Amino acid sequence: MPGLPHSVMRKSWWKIACVILLVYAVVGGLLLPVPALRQLEETIRNLYYHVCMWFAMMILFTVSMVYSVRYLRTLDYRFDLYSRAFAVTGLVMGLLGYSTGAIWASYTWADPNNPAYASFGTIAREPKLIGAAIAILIYFAYFVLRSSITDMDKRAKVGAVYNIFAYAMLFPSIWIVPRLLPSLHPGQEGNPALNFNDIDARMRMVFYPAVIGWTLLGVWISTLNIRIGLITEKKWLHE
Amino acid sequence: MNKRTLRFIFTMAFSFCLLLAGAQDAGQGPVEMADAMRQNGKIYVVVAVILTILAGIILYLVRIDRKVSKLEKESL
Repeated sequence: MPGLPHSVMRKSWWKIACVILLVYAVVGGLLLPVPALRQLEETIRNLYYHVCMWFAMMILFTVSMVYSVRYLRTLDYRFDLYSRAFAVTGLVMGLLGYSTGAIWASYTWADPNNPAYASFGTIAREPKLIGAAIAILIYFAYFVLRSSITDMDKRAKVGAVYNIFAYAMLFPSIWIVPRLLPSLHPGQEGNPALNFNDIDARMRMVFYPAVIGWTLLGVWISTLNIRIGLITEKKWLHE
Repeated sequence: MNKRTLRFIFTMAFSFCLLLAGAQDAGQGPVEMADAMRQNGKIYVVVAVILTILAGIILYLVRIDRKVSKLEKESL
């Protein structure tokens, strides 16, 4: 069978690894020491959760795009199934990243009692938020587009082409444009959390395992959707 | 949904936003970390709650995984 070997999807070792990493991300993330930073204070721990959502989203969208390319090369319907499942989970992670970011920002950027903090008007103009919203909306359009086409082959083909376009649009909307404009969001001059100079060594000990853990959770959910799809779409797959 | 319920929901959502905005204040002085929570051990309560939620979600996923495995065996 091409693509993800079925046996790997059903193996449990990487699911156990996922659970261990997530437990470590919660326990270590809340209990291990973090640097004391003004304004952020204890909320810096959100790095292990909020930022991980975006990392997981990016990885899942990349996997989804790769399967779209493979679909277009082989026209094997299975790859379309894979590509869609990874995009769905990626979108969920993106929405979680966006909403956790909204909560975090409302405590650390906006404060009417503190003139040093930004107003809500400034936050509404925040390029990182607008860029992320555009990226998420483009992926929403992917699902709207898919569900609007009834012909299976056409849906898979148009969906795959659009998915590659949506992936390409991620780069200007969340990576490039927000960095060209002034922003309250940290990591203006580089890759937030990836730069070895601006992330504390103690935090890296938790952050990297947390990224892997949350990503594996996304992969687990995606493979469940894929396996269900492989069963329900069986009659189309064995022609 | 009638107009009054809609208005109620809007008011609630709006006041929640205001609450979020006004719930904290930061001054100069030393950086305030949640040291008290660490001293009296209340932080472990938070860890326990989050771990319980995580355990619930993982158990749910494991159950779905098992169910799918069973379906796979039946359909193959």
